[in-house]
Amino acid sequence: MKYLIIMQVDPAVLEQLTEEQQVRIQQGHSAFMAATKERGEFIATQALADPSQSKTIHGSVGQPEVTDGPFVESKEFMGGFYLLDVEDEARAVELALQIPDATIPGLALEIRPVMFADLGEG
Amino acid sequence: MIPVEPVGGGQWRELARLALARLLRSYGSAQFDLCEDAVQEALLQAHQQWPARFPDDPLGWLIATARRRYADRARSDARRREREVRAASLQAPVMPEAIHQDDSLLVLQLCCHPDLPRSGQVALTLRAVAGLTTAQIANVYQLPERTIAQRITRAKRRVSELGRPLPPPGHAGEGVTAVLDVLYVMFAEAHHTTAGTPPRDADLAAEAIRLARLLRRSLPESTETAGLLALMLLTEARHPARVAPDGHLTSLDEQDRSLWDQEMIKEGITLVEQAARGAKPSPYLLQACIAALHAEAPDIATTDWDEILALYRLLEIVTGHQNPTVTLNSIVAQAMVDGIDIALARIDMLEAVHPGLPRIDSVRAHLLERAGRTDDAAKAYQRAIAGTVSLAEQHHLRRRLRRLSGAHM
Repeated sequence: MKYLIIMQVDPAVLEQLTEEQQVRIQQGHSAFMAATKERGEFIATQALADPSQSKTIHGSVGQPEVTDGPFVESKEFMGGFYLLDVEDEARAVELALQIPDATIPGLALEIRPVMFADLGEG
Repeated sequence: MIPVEPVGGGQWRELARLALARLLRSYGSAQFDLCEDAVQEALLQAHQQWPARFPDDPLGWLIATARRRYADRARSDARRREREVRAASLQAPVMPEAIHQDDSLLVLQLCCHPDLPRSGQVALTLRAVAGLTTAQIANVYQLPERTIAQRITRAKRRVSELGRPLPPPGHAGEGVTAVLDVLYVMFAEAHHTTAGTPPRDADLAAEAIRLARLLRRSLPESTETAGLLALMLLTEARHPARVAPDGHLTSLDEQDRSLWDQEMIKEGITLVEQAARGAKPSPYLLQACIAALHAEAPDIATTDWDEILALYRLLEIVTGHQNPTVTLNSIVAQAMVDGIDIALARIDMLEAVHPGLPRIDSVRAHLLERAGRTDDAAKAYQRAIAGTVSLAEQHHLRRRLRRLSGAHM
């Protein structure tokens, strides 16, 4: 069963991190990737640029409108994700708890089942 | 990722499994990973050489080549890791070579070792027993090839570490439940399509049936194995009616039963009849009996719901009342026997104990629709749509909801 673990971030929280915390987070992510790869649970991960870099297309029957910035203005936004394939939801939660973001107040991890996947292989 | 295609259909894959079984008999299950690697390398070599010169005894050639590869690997492994030379390649055979009737079962049991995670059992079984390539398995599950490769590597290493003693030929039937469960998960994955669209991968269901046949040949006395094979055949037989040409799912009451595969149904029913006679009730056999009753009925109205409900009650007992999905299915049957109101009341009770049980709102919606409670049915369909993790199921529910609204207006 595939799950997307969405890393919800808040730039204000990230700016407050000490150098030491940042290093610890980076190492934590590396270790997490290595461990899930070794167990055959890892599919992909991506980190996204700041939403100020977003373009948004607003759906329309006629001429869809393209604007700068995100669709939803919010303090928190999706900063990145892990796509995993695990036995069940409990395992997805167990793994998400190992992601360094889980130890930082103000950040959040959202776990959602995947209904369709085409990884473009085969 | 050895690029071996199943040349000549099943024969090629059959050879791989037999060669692996032979090596395991010689070197023991503690060498599972080395044996499997050796067979894969021998297959690659066969793939390169056979088109030019086909051996007189393909299996003998493959086994001999795999043995050489095994010896090379065992030696270089020992050198590279500077570990004790286990002299594995020089070991006396663990078992006499003469008796091989249980070998398929042996490999299946190693691949489905209860200590492996389910995903590892399935990947290893598809590779080492069904003979699929890593790329084929990755495609079936829409996972990267390296993810599947990691699972296989890990599972092989684990099997070797576990070093399960090989059961002597003739006593291999013990502890076959894990194998049955792995084959059932493989088959159910093809049919339930929790992974999303396309609704079903035909090959995976066919592989599971092929493996169940293989298992049955090894264990002709096992009524639960016969039950699993029958359940698979009777479920697969309904598939042409279950999925419409445009890919959408249809429920049992909507299916065109003339599309059911009568050959498969005949084989399934014969199996059930043979196995059920005097057998101890067991989960797969009971489910096969239920599937047989559906398969025999010309339509919903003439289906023997009393018997189906009785079988579900027995299934609840056999599974220790631990499986809420069995209870949910029994409620569907009860609606036909005792009426919709009683069934709806039981659904409420079940939900109180198992909130968020998959398909519960879907069943409720169908019952409310049948009772003519259109508004309540629509609400239940909406909850069911939000609650499912299957895209095919979601499409099916949306279609039912649209039809309901259309009839209502």
